[in-house]
Amino acid sequence: MADQSIAAKARSSSDALLIFLKARTFIALILVFVFFAINAPNFMSTANMVIMSKHVALNAILAIGMTFVIVSGGIDLSVGSIVGLCGMVAGYLILNGIDIGLGWSMQFNTLEICLLVMLVGIGVGAVNGFLITKLHVAPFIATLGTLYVARGAAMLSSDGRTFPNLHGNPEYGSDTFRWIGAGEVFGIPVSICILITVGILAAYIAARTPLGRHIYAVGGNERAAGLSGIKVNQTKYFVYLFSGFCAALVGLIIASQLVAAHPATGDTFELNAIAAAVLGGTSMSGGRGRIAGTIIGACVIGVLSDGLVMMGVSSFWQTVIKGLVIIAAVVIDQAQQKLQARVALQAQAALGK
Amino acid sequence: MEHPIGLSIRRGTKVYPGTVALSNVDFDLRMGAVNVLVGENGAGKSTMMKVIAGVEQLTDGKVLIDDEQVIFKTTEDAAKRGIGIVFQELNLFPNMTVAENIYIAREKTRGGIDIDKTAQRETARALMKRLEQDIDPEDLVGDLRVGQQQIVEIAKSLAQDAKILILDEPTSALSAAEVEILFRVIADLKRNGVGIVYISHRLEELIQIGDYITVLRDGVITGAQSMDGVDVDWIVRNMIGESGKDFAKEIEHPYGDEVFRAEHVSLGRVGGGMLVDDVSLSLRKGEILGIYGLMGAGRSEFLECAIGRHPHASGQIFIDGTQLKTKTVSGRIKRGLALIPEDRKNDGLVQILSIRENMTLSSLGQFTRGIQMNLKKEKRIVADFVKRMTVKIASPEHAVSSLSGGNQQKVVISKALMTDPKVLLMDEPSRGIDIGAKAEVFRVMRKLAADGLGIIFVTSDLDEVMSLSDRILVMSNGKITGEFSRETATNTALVEASAIGHKTISKNKESA
Repeated sequence: MADQSIAAKARSSSDALLIFLKARTFIALILVFVFFAINAPNFMSTANMVIMSKHVALNAILAIGMTFVIVSGGIDLSVGSIVGLCGMVAGYLILNGIDIGLGWSMQFNTLEICLLVMLVGIGVGAVNGFLITKLHVAPFIATLGTLYVARGAAMLSSDGRTFPNLHGNPEYGSDTFRWIGAGEVFGIPVSICILITVGILAAYIAARTPLGRHIYAVGGNERAAGLSGIKVNQTKYFVYLFSGFCAALVGLIIASQLVAAHPATGDTFELNAIAAAVLGGTSMSGGRGRIAGTIIGACVIGVLSDGLVMMGVSSFWQTVIKGLVIIAAVVIDQAQQKLQARVALQAQAALGK
Repeated sequence: MEHPIGLSIRRGTKVYPGTVALSNVDFDLRMGAVNVLVGENGAGKSTMMKVIAGVEQLTDGKVLIDDEQVIFKTTEDAAKRGIGIVFQELNLFPNMTVAENIYIAREKTRGGIDIDKTAQRETARALMKRLEQDIDPEDLVGDLRVGQQQIVEIAKSLAQDAKILILDEPTSALSAAEVEILFRVIADLKRNGVGIVYISHRLEELIQIGDYITVLRDGVITGAQSMDGVDVDWIVRNMIGESGKDFAKEIEHPYGDEVFRAEHVSLGRVGGGMLVDDVSLSLRKGEILGIYGLMGAGRSEFLECAIGRHPHASGQIFIDGTQLKTKTVSGRIKRGLALIPEDRKNDGLVQILSIRENMTLSSLGQFTRGIQMNLKKEKRIVADFVKRMTVKIASPEHAVSSLSGGNQQKVVISKALMTDPKVLLMDEPSRGIDIGAKAEVFRVMRKLAADGLGIIFVTSDLDEVMSLSDRILVMSNGKITGEFSRETATNTALVEASAIGHKTISKNKESA
């Protein structure tokens, strides 16, 4: 009797620890938030909140696409370059339209521009998917290749120059382009609305659709997934297409926010996206990860870097701190996995008695 | 003949968090003899051997060698005292050659730096010859069949000149002929004074080879004696605690129409030759067709061709008389085929996912409307199958890797059954599961057949194929070399048929 209650107590304490570990990124976010609220002047001001959430949104959108890719067992290094390329395509279309010869050019309104840009992002994703599934190039190498190609293409599109003054032209209906970066819906900045939409969509796919389940299965064990009748290649195509789509959205938002497109935009964004996903509990070996976790991970990174800036910490130290946080996150994640496996084994052993 | 005690455990207790794996066991390991260890999965056999091999340490009690207490903190400590272990799960590197695997972490070197590849290759070749295997030391382990890989694993510990050799289910993937070779090697080792611990679920095999037997149940030793006078009944009684759990009882039922037919299925081998050579067979509803044969006879490959894993395989597959046009696995599952793969860990399950997610992986469409899955319905279906298949689980949300082999196999079978198949292809369905779970799996197979499902199952176990099949096909070298009904099948006939096409090799051996 006494033994049982001790065992029960031990179990409930390890259960509590497990819940604590599972919520660790969220707890970290709260701690970071409270820390800066106390130490950084003006941190809690509405203006700062809006700016910060806009920063977070960019990384979070990329990280959502990245989460699916990583969960499926792959990696997408090309997203930063896709952001740059898509910004340039948007800028080019607003300024020049498409020259169809004979001195004529085709001009587009904002919606058409957005659709074309998304098509470009999805197109690069399709190339990634093709290389990985049909030509069997390792994801790391394939997307490293498209990273360079897309960045080079962005540079070529303007000879390395910036497309300035993307105010659009009311005659063509493209003057509303600025709304993406500066507009609001019910008082919420558009970029946040996009994050919420993409986040809900991705979380829904992950939790409630066969496609989502397939992504997890392919990442967990590709062979078993294939033998279970899952169309492995289609699943992989989807994650790279979706990642390219997310990157295109970010490219549009940045071009609109800056009212300009620079070909170097988005450099190393892919690393921030990977960091956010990992911080949120996504396993680099595939099969495990949650969209909500990724968004919280992106928040931690965003709050941390903006807060440190406001406190006047040197950017060199910021980089060091960011690295340490990521390493700590992975170490704690390992501990959680071990504990979780132990709890499951205990429950199984208790059953065997 | 007296066998000296080489190692003993006194009052050994091993406690894992939440469970007692070994409780107060006294075990003597005799040299120059085969010490057989038997018990259901989870009885503590593997734990005891892990203690001896230095993988785990006793919570209480001691390990003695020559009346002197020893503590093995690592496997290296144990290896230094001449203890070698072949684990049930293969620990090989598929990306390295056979020779490299055999000498992994103990590479033969010149001056401690430069690997002496020639010496490794030659000694590996000699080992393979001793094991009577036609395996080139330069072959990649990943290209070998599971059974051949097991031989490599055994060669690995032979190469260490172990004084005590622990074999954890060494024959689970071997065919009868390979088992015989292994037994000859074991006899040879015995003569050289090596103490062998032999763990297996195949009881006849244990009686044939064992000198001493120790039976474990729930971490307690329930029987230990020399093999004289021990029979299957005695073992089973000590293992399970009740007299005899027999294999699936016959359920008599009539067969229906032909449900599955394969015509001229062939699959080429990388580097020439045929893995599956013009195989044609048919199966009726409610029939259990056993395919017996040696390792590498092309049995598993035939099942893989049927399910569509090899898109370049030739031949036709018919279900209910209509030919399958689709070459994809998903298409064939939709048409009513389902495969239980041989390699549960790598082909059958996604270890990181939960039991629920594994079970429904092939049949998500069943509870999906539009693009949305009905998770409540999923839970209901899973709970239903857990009950039907008597899977012992604490919660369907736990990772599938927390289950024992037998329960994992039931999850794989549930996954296949959820697709509502007409034909079930089972590749070594009893591999690595304990006798209780095995009996349950067989009972399920019988029941499914009685319900009208056609079952094709592949096995290397003679008893299994004899007791379970309505009809038996024997394969050898990719071809069907014999067909037997329940009445005409005999052990000798099956073994003879399984050796057809291997004559040339045995001739070579005689001349060598």
